[in-house]
Amino acid sequence: MNAPFFKYGMFGDNVGLVMAFVIGIGFGFFLERAGFGNGKKLAMQFYFRDMTVLKVMFTAIVTAMLGVYYLSVFGVLDLSMVYLVPTNILPQVAGGLILGFGFVIGGYCPGTSCVSAATGKFDGMIYLMGVVVGIFVFGEMYPLVGNFYNATPMGQITVAEWANIPYGILVFAVVLMALGGFAASEWAEKINAGKEGSVITKRTEA
Amino acid sequence: MSEENKNLTAEKPYWNPYISGVGLGLVLLLAFVIMGRGLGASGAFSSLVVTVENAVAPAHVQANEHLAGYFEGGANPMKDWLVFEVIGVITGGFISGILAGRVKKGIYRGPNFSDKKRLIFAFAGGALMGFGAKLARGCTSGQALTGGALLNLGSWAFMLCVFAGAYALAYFLRRQWT
Repeated sequence: MNAPFFKYGMFGDNVGLVMAFVIGIGFGFFLERAGFGNGKKLAMQFYFRDMTVLKVMFTAIVTAMLGVYYLSVFGVLDLSMVYLVPTNILPQVAGGLILGFGFVIGGYCPGTSCVSAATGKFDGMIYLMGVVVGIFVFGEMYPLVGNFYNATPMGQITVAEWANIPYGILVFAVVLMALGGFAASEWAEKINAGKEGSVITKRTEA
Repeated sequence: MSEENKNLTAEKPYWNPYISGVGLGLVLLLAFVIMGRGLGASGAFSSLVVTVENAVAPAHVQANEHLAGYFEGGANPMKDWLVFEVIGVITGGFISGILAGRVKKGIYRGPNFSDKKRLIFAFAGGALMGFGAKLARGCTSGQALTGGALLNLGSWAFMLCVFAGAYALAYFLRRQWT
């Protein structure tokens, strides 16, 4: 079996769009299951009261990372054919910070606001309108920001290549980091138990 | 509504985050294996914006290098992977919400914040997010999640900055949430 299937020509563009819809359903389903349609729950991450964002995100990253790694080790998946977004480090750092501001101000990111809007929440719907306006403004400002957008190009590059660490070692390090993050998250939630918005609603006497 | 009916329409609890995370990770892995690309969200809205702009002011779009790029070689930006994926996300979120009794009108906010102010903040946050996602070439889905799993250098730098930015500003927004 050769993967990625699409890149090996197992099906064409139109079937690919059907796949996109089906995979999207799975994505939206698990986002909603995790509670990511709830902007307050998402924001509580940034007050250390509900660490679900970090737990779900890093469990997902570790799951997919290990899957990709082992499938490529066993020769099922050709990792070089999986699309890597090229790195432009400065605009990505700046964009990340702006996104972080938007996250705690608005309570969502684009994907989670779709789920919030789909479950009838007005803050999610209004947030999405904001996203559309922000994207429009960027496009209109492109003559001004285009140079910065294309600054500091580094091409398609992984952390392993950049730091000159074997890929497998880095995979292992990310797993350890995630486990550490989960332990810290559980601890933080216990410390903040009983506060407004905390995932642990009652403080238990130790 | 009687007590019994209330219970029937009560919201079910969210799933354990580690179980949801494994589910999300498997969906992402499936996207890698089937399509050779990851998930995304903001890109679909970029397609939507340029399509509307092109319908209203095509000459204006052609004069803008970035916007014109979406139509290169006669491409239709709506016939795009991310557009169909996001339609799926909305569908999947709705299905999950219905099954859990969570599809209800409402606004999420802290107890000491007005609905009107919350909606203004939601709009402002969304606008920042839209702009930032363009600058960073992706959002939490396309960069942090997808690029995170592929150990993409720019994605990891991006992800750390998202958390740094949100934590840096959280104190000033505590009245909205707590």
